[in-house]
Amino acid sequence: MTLRKYLVLAGVTLFAAIGDSFLARGMKQVGNVSLQRLPDIILTILNPWVALGILFLLGFFAAYMTALSWADLTYVLPATSLGYVLLALIAKFVLHEQVTTTRWLGIGLISAGVGFVTQGPALTHPPSYQDKANDGALAEPVGSPVGSSLGSRVKP
Amino acid sequence: MKHAYTWGAILAIVLASTTGDVLLSRAMKRVGDVGELWRRAGLLTVAGRILRSPSFLFGIFMMAVAFYSLLFALSWADVSLVAPASASLTFVANAVAARIFLHERVDHRRWMAALFVAGGVALLAT
Repeated sequence: MTLRKYLVLAGVTLFAAIGDSFLARGMKQVGNVSLQRLPDIILTILNPWVALGILFLLGFFAAYMTALSWADLTYVLPATSLGYVLLALIAKFVLHEQVTTTRWLGIGLISAGVGFVTQGPALTHPPSYQDKANDGALAEPVGSPVGSSLGSRVKP
Repeated sequence: MKHAYTWGAILAIVLASTTGDVLLSRAMKRVGDVGELWRRAGLLTVAGRILRSPSFLFGIFMMAVAFYSLLFALSWADVSLVAPASASLTFVANAVAARIFLHERVDHRRWMAALFVAGGVALLAT
């Protein structure tokens, strides 16, 4: 894992938490959207907080897709779940909401889960583009240890 | 009956969201390391490869299905039940699906991570 990859994972976490917070703030200003007047929901993007929230969520999606291009799904999902912790901390210290003992326990469990997964390799299965490369002229000789060509990818 | 609708919608969210994640992950593995590809061939090539991938497009469609299932579930039940139940079950379902369909090596460390995060998310939303 390079610094760039850690930054992408941090981007997934931060953009999702910030985007959700902005959307929540904007939607509170907009007020309830009735199911009978569903098209009104399109106009909510005129609210600057909602627009900013959508921009951050687009950033989240780009970072999420980038992370999935070089790491396993079962690595990316837990590794980026610190966003839930971040949201709880924003609720406590920025929005001054009460964070109960149960929630602190939840924060502890998520942090432990993130610790577990980030100690292991980011990628455990060769991506299919590598399979294709191995089928062609770049194919390794039969019998060569596959692990040697994957070693640099699999290591964190 | 309301109970059945709620859990049916939660199941739909989990299934659609997991299918979407698996498809998106498969699509991005086929595209390859986006950073390397960007440096080598430029942003347009990256965008073109992603947008031409049927797995990516179907994955986005399944994410939309998950979103509308969430809206449907929220019209039947409280967000304090729907959000943690669907989020934590999705973590576990993703671990199972990634092992079966993406052939990821989900060892005990990843199982523990998925279960801890799923439990933590459920507790956070109580």
